[in-house]
Amino acid sequence: MMIDPPEIVSAMEQAGFTHVVWIPDSHLGRWETAIEQSRLSLIRVCREGEAVGVAIGLMLGGAQPVVVIQCTGFFEAGDAVRNAVHDLKLPLKLIIGVRSAQAAQRGATTDNCPHFTEKIVTAWELPHTRFDPTTADAATIQRELQTLAHQPSAAAILWAE
Amino acid sequence: MMTHREALEVVARHRKDQVVVTTMGSVAIWPQLSDSPLDFHYLPSSMGQGVPLGLGLCLAQAEKGRRVIVVTGDGGLLMNLGCLVTVAQYRVPLYILLIDNGLYEVTGGQPVAGARRTNFAVIAQGVGIPRVYECSERNAWAALAGEALQGEGPVFAWLKVQGEWGKATPTAPRPMAEQIARLREALR
Repeated sequence: MMIDPPEIVSAMEQAGFTHVVWIPDSHLGRWETAIEQSRLSLIRVCREGEAVGVAIGLMLGGAQPVVVIQCTGFFEAGDAVRNAVHDLKLPLKLIIGVRSAQAAQRGATTDNCPHFTEKIVTAWELPHTRFDPTTADAATIQRELQTLAHQPSAAAILWAE
Repeated sequence: MMTHREALEVVARHRKDQVVVTTMGSVAIWPQLSDSPLDFHYLPSSMGQGVPLGLGLCLAQAEKGRRVIVVTGDGGLLMNLGCLVTVAQYRVPLYILLIDNGLYEVTGGQPVAGARRTNFAVIAQGVGIPRVYECSERNAWAALAGEALQGEGPVFAWLKVQGEWGKATPTAPRPMAEQIARLREALR
């Protein structure tokens, strides 16, 4: 079972997101065509902390963005996340691609990204769920994204890559 | 060379219904010149995120054509210089005012990297921001500001000001939650 990018993007739209602020990686980048063909506005930024800054402005202006970045970028974006979530107390929503997570489940990687991602997300006191697209169907991703979008606080989905 | 305050006094005279996002040292000055619900003092902040925040506001309010002025410092902009590349992708009414004093003023006046040597106008032009201004004298800025703060954006104005030492770390005039509520109400 494997959900495809149009199903993921459709679920984002149905959840009510208006903008995707992102820096793609080799996994998340497969969503690009589907996002461009959707009603979602795709905002390309240069670094991940900047993605959070743009999302802050979007939220203040009444939009409902989701920040889509790889975990390495989340590590880089720590201060912006801290500011958005804990200073401004805005309901920042993120999808964080966890590099090598699927390989780590098989014991087939030395990448330390899976080891650190959940620890760092937890350190920033960001409510989160894990999501594995290889074992999920369209209904599951719809449910996950609805929950993410409608959670009143900031939250993240840790997306196994 | 004009002072930081003089640069902002000119902005205040030309400000109409724009959102004004202030950062760092400007937070200490702007409340003395303006008290509008459309003022957003981005403090506490994540340094360097003022311009992205302003871009996000513009994009969220695109249908209303809401104009947004962001007053940023050189230290903050240098921390996130790529944001100019991001901004240049859009034709939005975003007016970026760079207050360049060459210093990290609120930390005691240490020089920023490349202080007084970096040509921010060339950088802004190079990334494709269509309207770029450069000014270091009060009268010249006063003559330019009317043009710079209206019309199609994005706009980048490089305002070179005197460095000042010994200034207290600024605080926003209202708690952040109150600022956000006021701004959101004003943007409805």
